Amino acid sequence: MEPRDLKPEHFKAYPPEARKLAIHYVFAMQRLPLSFLPSLLREVIDYDYKFPAERKSLEKELANWSLLSEEQGREWVSGLAQISLSSQLRQLDWVNQPAQFVEQLSAHLWTTHQMDSFREAALDYGDRLHAAVPAETPPISRLGIAVIGRDAAGHDRPLFRKLRPHGAYFNRVKPENGLRQLLDAVAERAKLHPIPYGHWYIDGGEPEGHDPALTSVSYQALQPTRSAILCKVRTEKDKPGMGPEALRTLLAQMGPQELGFAKGLDPVMERFQLKLFTEGSGTQVFSTTFVQWAAREALRRAQPCTLLVRFAPRAKPMNDLLSPSQDQAEMDPAGALVDGDFGAYYNWLNQQRLPGADKSAFLVWFEDHNEALAIGPGMPRGTASTSEANLKEVLSWIT
Amino acid sequence: MALGTALLPSSALARSGSPRAKRKVVVITFGGGARDQETFAPEGQENIPHLMWELLPQSTFFTQVVNRGILGHYVATASLATGVYETINNFASLPPEHPTVFEYFRKDLRRPPSDAWVVAPSNGFNRIGESNNRSYGPGAGARVILPKHLLAAASRGRSDYEHLLRDNYETPFYAPALQGGEFELRQLEDILKLSVDDFKAHARALSSPDELSVYIVRQLMRQVAPSLLWITMHDIDIAHAGAYSLYIDGIQRTDRLCADVWGAIQKEPEYAGKTTLFILPDFGRDSDQDAGGNGFQHHRTGDALSRTTWMLALGEGVREGVVYDRPIDSTDLVPTLGSMLDFSTSLAQGKPIQELV
Repeated sequence: MEPRDLKPEHFKAYPPEARKLAIHYVFAMQRLPLSFLPSLLREVIDYDYKFPAERKSLEKELANWSLLSEEQGREWVSGLAQISLSSQLRQLDWVNQPAQFVEQLSAHLWTTHQMDSFREAALDYGDRLHAAVPAETPPISRLGIAVIGRDAAGHDRPLFRKLRPHGAYFNRVKPENGLRQLLDAVAERAKLHPIPYGHWYIDGGEPEGHDPALTSVSYQALQPTRSAILCKVRTEKDKPGMGPEALRTLLAQMGPQELGFAKGLDPVMERFQLKLFTEGSGTQVFSTTFVQWAAREALRRAQPCTLLVRFAPRAKPMNDLLSPSQDQAEMDPAGALVDGDFGAYYNWLNQQRLPGADKSAFLVWFEDHNEALAIGPGMPRGTASTSEANLKEVLSWIT
Repeated sequence: MALGTALLPSSALARSGSPRAKRKVVVITFGGGARDQETFAPEGQENIPHLMWELLPQSTFFTQVVNRGILGHYVATASLATGVYETINNFASLPPEHPTVFEYFRKDLRRPPSDAWVVAPSNGFNRIGESNNRSYGPGAGARVILPKHLLAAASRGRSDYEHLLRDNYETPFYAPALQGGEFELRQLEDILKLSVDDFKAHARALSSPDELSVYIVRQLMRQVAPSLLWITMHDIDIAHAGAYSLYIDGIQRTDRLCADVWGAIQKEPEYAGKTTLFILPDFGRDSDQDAGGNGFQHHRTGDALSRTTWMLALGEGVREGVVYDRPIDSTDLVPTLGSMLDFSTSLAQGKPIQELV
């Protein structure tokens, strides 16, 4: 089937809200090339489980297609329309299994040396879309906080090297009660500006007590899910016909009910947490990877105004992928400090990709130690301060 | 790349003094996948003290090696070894579709099977020694040793060696089944003169799969002394698990192991003074700036950083202390080896690197 053959009844297997959306825009979708449409449908089919910010941007993208003339539409996707597809790809059920199509498309693009052309065409489309439908700026300036190095005694190489050119380094921060000050600060923002999924706290270990106004995710709380996924993988990996692609597909198809999620959870958060493990790489093994990826996905998808992430020590070896009994894995706090330091840089980069970047603020702190770095509109770049201050004061200088 | 020609005093030293028939070549792929910013760019140089301060001054260094093919480790290494951008499934146990450098070398120079070897990290590399090209193919290429596979067979599932037995990092849950002529355990003793017990005892003291590979390489150099030896490192690819510290550990370890191999080349009489060593990553990793990726973790975006890497050549016939910034292609390696050792690489797409031949 080609996109021009799409009809409303093709979406009958979609979740209710997704179905409504797809049917509403079916005529717009008929104009898209097959090299691109399944990528869009992959978003549409998950619409019921998307955060408000994602829903809005998807609606705007589809609405934009309704406004484009025939000629404009052709121009927008001219590069994508030139991508040649195999008959095998064309025969896939791309309406109901868009994610599988996209995965196979990726392999096809690499094999046929079309990845660079596709990449260029996709970037061109993205640029046009951003120009036509600018993303909304947040109601308050964004604040990102990264707490790194829990339980680490010290470090061999200077911290925050990637971030120092962008902000001020402090080496006499008073660490006492620091985490509590940060949690209180983000809770206060959440209460003052109650926005659904607008204020997050992600912890790589057991979460500290926090205000329920914060959207919270933690590695420790998701331990049963993680174990269930690893158990499933161990069971499936040696079955006949299993390979990396089949295993990925299997993981992608796993639902919350198979993984022991408690009943009554918010379905949006349930799916978000599930995908951290089924789509993330290394999130099942290392808490530091989990935190970095969760922060990346929270920023990309929910676009929160406030994000506090806390990295915890990670397991030393990688062996719990295959070994079922790893309750007492040896921990590596020094390695986790390095991971967290680089992870904080990625958090900042991902935050800066969102609208309002020029007004956003960022703080990274070596937990229970004196070192921190603050970035914000009023903070001089590439500077160092030897002033004594607590974290609440440092935060007040950038927000 | 901030490394410029001015960094190294150029020298016209070294044109080959040994007859081509006696020359040997060792290729190390510095893998899997390392970015400039963690290696030769100024901020990365602290991770590679051996390459930077010991090997680079003796080398001809190419700052831009561009890989225009598929950025998967097996298929990219196969492309390096054939001089053609292969399109085989990266995760299947398949031979390259074009003749490998080992086949060209053996056929043209009439060398025996013992003269071309590959030491590779994971099951997926088992078929890299020879292609399915009709004019070459089975029996015409290199012998392949998978040290991890040997250790698994020797240890019969004992847990002491788990840290050395991870097949690969990109699909850590899954290891392809072995197909084709594998190096068997009993050949440890026959060919490498290494008892299974000694092998196991030594392995217990090692901390990574690449250390195990280099241990096997040294045995191979001592006992067999192949003229064409290809070593594929892979510890760095733990980056796929997302832990930056482990990625850096992998780079630092690979740096040390490359120096170890160079040291062995200097010490082994069969190699000293007649060997050229090439060290190059198979490709880079994704840029921090590309929103489509997740930085160092993967090599999926196909951005310039993930496609561009470096190559260091040193030893016999190579000028010392020279840096070239002009881009060369990953597929240029095989024709260069052909020109250096005097064999034809007729089906390779790349071109001999003039600065080396």
